[in-house]
Amino acid sequence: MSVTTEQVESRVVETLASFGPDASTITRDATFEELDIDSLDLVELAQVVEDDYGVILKGEDMKELKTVGQAIDLIVSRAE
Amino acid sequence: MARPEGCALVTGASRGIGAAIAKALAGDGWPVAVNYRSDGEGAAAVVAGVEEAGGRAVAMAGDVAAPGAPDALFAGAEEHFGVPVLALVNNAGIAADDLISMLDDEAWQRVLDTNLTGAFRLTRRALKPMMRARFGRIVNISSVVGLRANPGQANYAAAKAGLIAMTKTVTVEVARRGITANAVAPGWIDTDMTAGVDSDLLSNVPARRAGTPAEVAACVTFLASDAAAYVNGAVLSVDGGLAA
Repeated sequence: MSVTTEQVESRVVETLASFGPDASTITRDATFEELDIDSLDLVELAQVVEDDYGVILKGEDMKELKTVGQAIDLIVSRAE
Repeated sequence: MARPEGCALVTGASRGIGAAIAKALAGDGWPVAVNYRSDGEGAAAVVAGVEEAGGRAVAMAGDVAAPGAPDALFAGAEEHFGVPVLALVNNAGIAADDLISMLDDEAWQRVLDTNLTGAFRLTRRALKPMMRARFGRIVNISSVVGLRANPGQANYAAAKAGLIAMTKTVTVEVARRGITANAVAPGWIDTDMTAGVDSDLLSNVPARRAGTPAEVAACVTFLASDAAAYVNGAVLSVDGGLAA
């Protein structure tokens, strides 16, 4: 399945926004800490990614992620 | 807040406490998946009883100790009822009693696999739809022996105490998603499982009688209800005072 970075970015921003932060603050450089996105939010994001793109993100993958951009890049690279 | 549309899955529900829980939840409006391992006839009777009372239920075979069971059970229940599983009752349990000096590895592992590991895997699977729905009810059927020692049940007690600890962990991890996880700790309940036990032991029960499966089921139904939305990480003893 081929997905574009734009598609993943849009889905990630939409999902993260559903956890509370304003969509305008969810930039590639924003950190999850700044956005007040916690580990449970990331677990839920991983479920969305698995359902939509078939990409399985494990706990160790998520622990490495600090910014929104890192998450998007990881998902895109795994989906290819 | 009214609960979103969902169904309930009760493991080990072909007889005893599980059957009573399935019937009670159905009576409270939950469509119920009645899981069983080997007693298909018992499960069919539970489903028939629910349907006669105007409720909805489906029998679903599956050994909760099998790693693939959660996906199969959840997919089956969701396909049958067309709604996500938003209430999970981990009731399936077995006993293989012996004094610890005589307890072999196989009996230890078998009881842990069904009573604790099975509940862990089902809970892990259940959290997916529950987190999405911002609503979920998990009720783990523990036991008085998870709270108070009973000779000959090291494996059963370890699993049941483990369920309580797991329940509390689930609570602190997901409570902010509208999900509750609670444990019910039955004492001596009149079922097939306790049929062979020396009834002289009843003199140790402050209430001086055995409990009924319906008395356990009533507590589970409460914990699954909207009324119990703020009850989370609790252990509700249903034991006539035995653990007091």
